[in-house]
Amino acid sequence: MSTAPTGSSTEEQGRSEYGVALFLGALGLLLVVSALLLPESRIARGPVGPGAVPIVVGGLLLVVSVFLALDVRRGGRGEPEGGEDIELGGGTDWRTVALLAVAFLSNALLIGPLGWPLSGAILFWGCAFALGSRHYVRDVAIALVLGVGSWYLFVLGLNISLPVGILEGIL
Amino acid sequence: MDAFSSLAEGFATALTPNNLMFALLGVLLGTAIGVLPGIGPAMTVALLLPLTRGLDVTTALIMFAGIYYGGMYGGSTTSILLNTPGESASVVTAIEGNKMARAGRAAQALATAAIGSFVAGTIATLALALVAPTVADLAVEISPADRFAVMVLAFIAVTSVLGSSRVRGLASLGLGLAIGLIGIDATSGQQRLTFGIAELADGIDVVVVAVGLFAVGEALWTAAHLRRRPIEVIPVGNPRMSRSDWGRSWKPWLRGTVIGFPFGAIPAGGAEIPTFLSYVTEKKLSKHPEEFGKGAIEGVAGPEATNNASAAGGLVPLLTLGIPTTATAAVMLAAISSYGIQPGPRLFATEPELVWGLIASLFIGNTALLVLNLPLAPLWARLLRIPRTYLYAGILFFASLGAYAANANTFDLFLLLVIGALGFMMRRFGLPLLPAIIGVILGPFAEEELRQALQLSNGRVGGLFEPFSIVVYVIVALILLWPLVRRFLPRKATVPVLAEAAHEIEEAHHHHGLTSAISVERHVPTGGAPDQGADLSAPRGPDDGRPVDPDRRDR
Repeated sequence: MSTAPTGSSTEEQGRSEYGVALFLGALGLLLVVSALLLPESRIARGPVGPGAVPIVVGGLLLVVSVFLALDVRRGGRGEPEGGEDIELGGGTDWRTVALLAVAFLSNALLIGPLGWPLSGAILFWGCAFALGSRHYVRDVAIALVLGVGSWYLFVLGLNISLPVGILEGIL
Repeated sequence: MDAFSSLAEGFATALTPNNLMFALLGVLLGTAIGVLPGIGPAMTVALLLPLTRGLDVTTALIMFAGIYYGGMYGGSTTSILLNTPGESASVVTAIEGNKMARAGRAAQALATAAIGSFVAGTIATLALALVAPTVADLAVEISPADRFAVMVLAFIAVTSVLGSSRVRGLASLGLGLAIGLIGIDATSGQQRLTFGIAELADGIDVVVVAVGLFAVGEALWTAAHLRRRPIEVIPVGNPRMSRSDWGRSWKPWLRGTVIGFPFGAIPAGGAEIPTFLSYVTEKKLSKHPEEFGKGAIEGVAGPEATNNASAAGGLVPLLTLGIPTTATAAVMLAAISSYGIQPGPRLFATEPELVWGLIASLFIGNTALLVLNLPLAPLWARLLRIPRTYLYAGILFFASLGAYAANANTFDLFLLLVIGALGFMMRRFGLPLLPAIIGVILGPFAEEELRQALQLSNGRVGGLFEPFSIVVYVIVALILLWPLVRRFLPRKATVPVLAEAAHEIEEAHHHHGLTSAISVERHVPTGGAPDQGADLSAPRGPDDGRPVDPDRRDR
């Protein structure tokens, strides 16, 4: 099941692994710089200021990024995670990921105006569509039941408020 | 004994009808969610965390105890019936368990797993009840400097888990620590890494981080590589065991308990090492060694018992020191501290009702697991057939719901997607998730201890080094420098059973295509260098961690 990386994909992954090292290094730099830019605190107590630990963590990230780059240079590769429903070997299906992100963001944008029962239903339907489900009517039914059902569960059963949006007065 | 009377009071707390109901509900939900493919125990706990927000703290923790054990057992069911374990602790269960299932003995495999989990869980929880108060008494004495040292040990131990790349573990830890720094610094009142975003001032809610890394990251990662062929699920009847199954299971259960509990109690990176040790031990001691690899019941009974015992053992450092050793325990720590309670040595003195209620409900959860799961096994097996489109859509749906419900803040939903993208990247490049989640949750506590320690010593760095903490730092240094240290050890000094466990881990990783950034070489019969071509699919960096690798001969 684990596929031996072939020549070209190894090289390609090698390049993107340098990207990870770069990301870690940039993050480390950000931590150190932002810690050094912290203004003097007037209410600070104790000898260790707010900047000390960020500098240490930033330093750790910088060191790790160097070691990771060295590791990649010597041929080390991070192994993509396997799993129950995962078939590695083929490329990454960016289209599905992008569609999922769209469904996810539309929920974030619509939860205020529409309320959770509908925005959640849109989220579920959108994700099912993105993942390849083509039972449109059945999906809509399931999505609505989940949206409305979870709203009732949280609001009535668990005393946690969720936005009701345009369904106010109906639910 | 004092522990027993406290425990009796704990049962009085846990056995109120209301609390009992939530314990059972926790087990039921934990198993139902944990059995779903792609959802491990830590994700189960993170997803179900918001459900307890409306409850009072004792009831919430009692429900958590049920979820904890339920999620653990659910993962084993998945690996027995699907042969593709979602998390490392179930890898061993899958080896023999799935072979048994294929040979038409799925019911027996599930039964020995369930009963073994019950036996081990009960004994280990009893051990927890006896050991934890003593550890707490000792831990009250230790200074902030010592506690900081133990936290550093926990950080380093989780990054050096057997068989994974060490530099990637440290990278993951650094990411987690960085996320944990975001927000207003409690001591100075200054904003760190908030970039002027008001919503970040209070820091990122741990629910958002855990759900983002585990649930959203997993859903996105799986969606990008979704298996389009239907997956084979082995049908299962009601679990039952014959007389000979019982005869072959009870000793492995007990041995598994003995192996699992201490490994869970020390910060050694979770249940992977002890479950493999148990597997190898059973293989050695079995009267039917020829059945191993073809579905030996001992190979399910032992590791499953070990897994559960180490889960209970993991609660010792969690409750007495406030230090989690697994991702699941880390999420539990976050849950407990979200109620304004800081787990630590004083917890037993300040919140006896809560602690003993929690321990008592572990017993109840364990029993409920047995009572519910034997008859419900066919139902759980059917859950495995849920269409993948609905499964992952559902995960994203409930992840959003949980993250939003935590603070009723839309900003958290955007944050969730960003952290989910981080989780995707970490899966893509083989960065382990455990160090990150431990870093996020434990990092702020460690910073506080560090500051206290240096405040007590008036800023002298020497104040960090007390007799106890020096010992801990020596252990940390040994773990970090192990590849160097091992060269100076005589070859015989390493325990043979560890060698074999390392070998088995490698085989299993190879077989399942799990994190094969593993760096343990095959047993090489000749004295020559191992054949790199026949080695694992994953090319290894020389920097990789090789904690247990006595057969390395290519010096």
